[in-house]
Amino acid sequence: MDLLPTAAQQAFRAEARAWLEANAPSSPLRSFDTREGFEDHRVWERRLHAGGFAMVPWPVEYGGRGANLLEWLIFEEEYYRAGAPKRVNQNGIFLLGPTIMEFGTPAQKARFLPRIASSEEVWAQGWSEPNAGSDMAAIQAHARRDGDHYVLCGQKTWASRGAFADWLFGMFRTDPASERHKGLSFLLVPLDTPGVTVRPIAQLSGETGFAEVFFDDARVPVENRLAGEGDGWRVAMATAGFERGLMLRSPARFQKTAQQLVALYREHAASAGEALRDDVVRCWMDAEAYALETYRTVSRLLGGGKIGFEASLNKIFWSELDVRMHETALRILGPRADLLSEAPASYASTRAGSASGTDWLDGYLFSLSGPIYAGTNEIQRNLIAERILGLPRST
Amino acid sequence: MRFGFSDDQLLLQGTVRDFLRKECPPEAVRRLWASESGHDPALWAKLAELGVLGALAPETRGGLGLDERDLVLLLEETGRAALPLPVVATAAVAVPLLCELGEGGAEGAALAERWLPRIAAGEAIVAIGHPENAFVADAALADLLLITDGDALHAIERTPGAASGSSSVRCVRQPANDPGRRIYAVKCRHSAETRLAAGAAARRLLDAAFERGALACAAQLLGATEQLLELAVSYACQREQFGRPIGSFQAVQHQLAEVKVQLEYARPVVYKAAWSVACRARSRAVDVSHAKLAASAAGALAARRALQVHGAIGYTWEQDLHLWMRRAWSLALDWGSEPQHLARVSGFVLADGAPIGPGHTFEGAA
Repeated sequence: MDLLPTAAQQAFRAEARAWLEANAPSSPLRSFDTREGFEDHRVWERRLHAGGFAMVPWPVEYGGRGANLLEWLIFEEEYYRAGAPKRVNQNGIFLLGPTIMEFGTPAQKARFLPRIASSEEVWAQGWSEPNAGSDMAAIQAHARRDGDHYVLCGQKTWASRGAFADWLFGMFRTDPASERHKGLSFLLVPLDTPGVTVRPIAQLSGETGFAEVFFDDARVPVENRLAGEGDGWRVAMATAGFERGLMLRSPARFQKTAQQLVALYREHAASAGEALRDDVVRCWMDAEAYALETYRTVSRLLGGGKIGFEASLNKIFWSELDVRMHETALRILGPRADLLSEAPASYASTRAGSASGTDWLDGYLFSLSGPIYAGTNEIQRNLIAERILGLPRST
Repeated sequence: MRFGFSDDQLLLQGTVRDFLRKECPPEAVRRLWASESGHDPALWAKLAELGVLGALAPETRGGLGLDERDLVLLLEETGRAALPLPVVATAAVAVPLLCELGEGGAEGAALAERWLPRIAAGEAIVAIGHPENAFVADAALADLLLITDGDALHAIERTPGAASGSSSVRCVRQPANDPGRRIYAVKCRHSAETRLAAGAAARRLLDAAFERGALACAAQLLGATEQLLELAVSYACQREQFGRPIGSFQAVQHQLAEVKVQLEYARPVVYKAAWSVACRARSRAVDVSHAKLAASAAGALAARRALQVHGAIGYTWEQDLHLWMRRAWSLALDWGSEPQHLARVSGFVLADGAPIGPGHTFEGAA
């Protein structure tokens, strides 16, 4: 066990820090769940890509930097330290990208990965359907083979980034006689295909972070299928593993929130009192614990290990921590917690220029989605119980 | 940068685990609880033979010359076995303390020379009278007592095999909840001859001892927590109600899944603290307190949930579950309780200009 960074790792950190200091926007972009904000974020992604930092751990040939996962963690730390924008193409870069790398043909890798890395194509995910939420195997949307095309019919919902994205990935039933996990295929669908209708849905925050997507005889080429026909479930489980685990939820995000929470407490220590102080300190400790476990996982992966069901442990830990940190912040803010960010600065929870300056209310609303998406925490607990602890299957 | 253990380290851990499973089953723990002395010299000697007791002692003194990164895994195993012998005080605290004393002058060197080989050979038990602990654990068994008086650290050496109460030490056992760790109020005659260090020098030694004691408890708690979870899982698989194993009910499954989450996020914190202590990192006090808090919380949750899953049978003296519940409870209290450790972490996190936030996790290494 050696927890000291190498000289090369330190040099990489310095390089990333310098680039981000010179290039990261000095003020926050508009939310990527608005049309204008979405495009602002795409512009930022292009800049990141041009700077060679869009996909640090990807191979160079696909628009990455060819760095290893430890360097990726270091980059993420610097990224959050710099307060750089959220990644609008997170579905593409963190979920679909690794999935294509594992299951894609050489042609698919060459076609899709570089455009994901540059965010020329921004992706939405199409998992849930009106009658297939936690029970994802109940998927009904189907794809009928017609020559070298699939003809898609049905509906997806809660498609994250669906309102403004270019493409959608998801599972469709390619064998009409099949049931449950069998007969599903993983398809990549351009959202401008005739027969595809996107209807944005306003979220709890009022913004259109996701959408319903309707398919009425939408034709998609067969080469847009990832892995074999009927192999969709296996592919989707791998994607879900990426979503719950390492890539999407890098620890720096939670360490940054914890740091801002500490700053917020320090500003309001006189009114907040000792009970909240202890809660703040516990949040900081848990964010550190999450970082440590991630470093341990990365060390294991670099030694040839694989991510398995322990991604479910991660998902519960970070999502509950995120809620707890924001709840604690709102308790510190007291009556001001109710104010939206456009309220006068002297009252609002957002204090521009202060170390605690973040929109805690907005963050709280977003944090509440964590225990729901990427497989509810109840589903994760089932997986832990049955797949890790070896308890008998619940019926 | 590599956050993991070597094959050799894991191999030694596995050896100790297998050994304790065989030599320290629940019946052996209960026998020790009920025995007059609370000691099992044969088991102690075998632990020494495996290298557990002298792990941190240099090879020239009969030890293995390892550090906390190795020992933490072995202590985990002693926690998994609910081993009711003073491994924390002797192997984790006294050995490195004696090594440090050995570097500090002729008297200390002589003391280290006298005791390290005997500890490594399993012929001596050491008890530590540290100001942060209200009582002295296993004082009556101790051949050597390292104890403070005011700002001075003293060594009280007892004749090997002498009964407690002889010589210059008086130990009064305090009734306590964990029979696997007998605690004593200790009175002894200090003198200029017994004094090893005073003032700032003693403070430094005692601070280091505190970090090691707290770390060792955290490591044992990991093992005890894992064992509690294992017992609960295995009971939930066998016990049937409503015609099916109770472990198939989500209400039961989710309780145990939450224990697993808490355990697996306490583990890296404890391992990082072991590294910090071994490397004398600047961040070690905070790392150790975090480790103690995280492992204590995991242990408390595991005890609570394991008992709930067992139901009334777990609430009996006869069922073995409480062997580990009592360990989980008492280890949380030893070497700094929750408020103490939380205060140390608070002091760091809330200070002006504290180095916290992304990128600072391993900065305290220098």
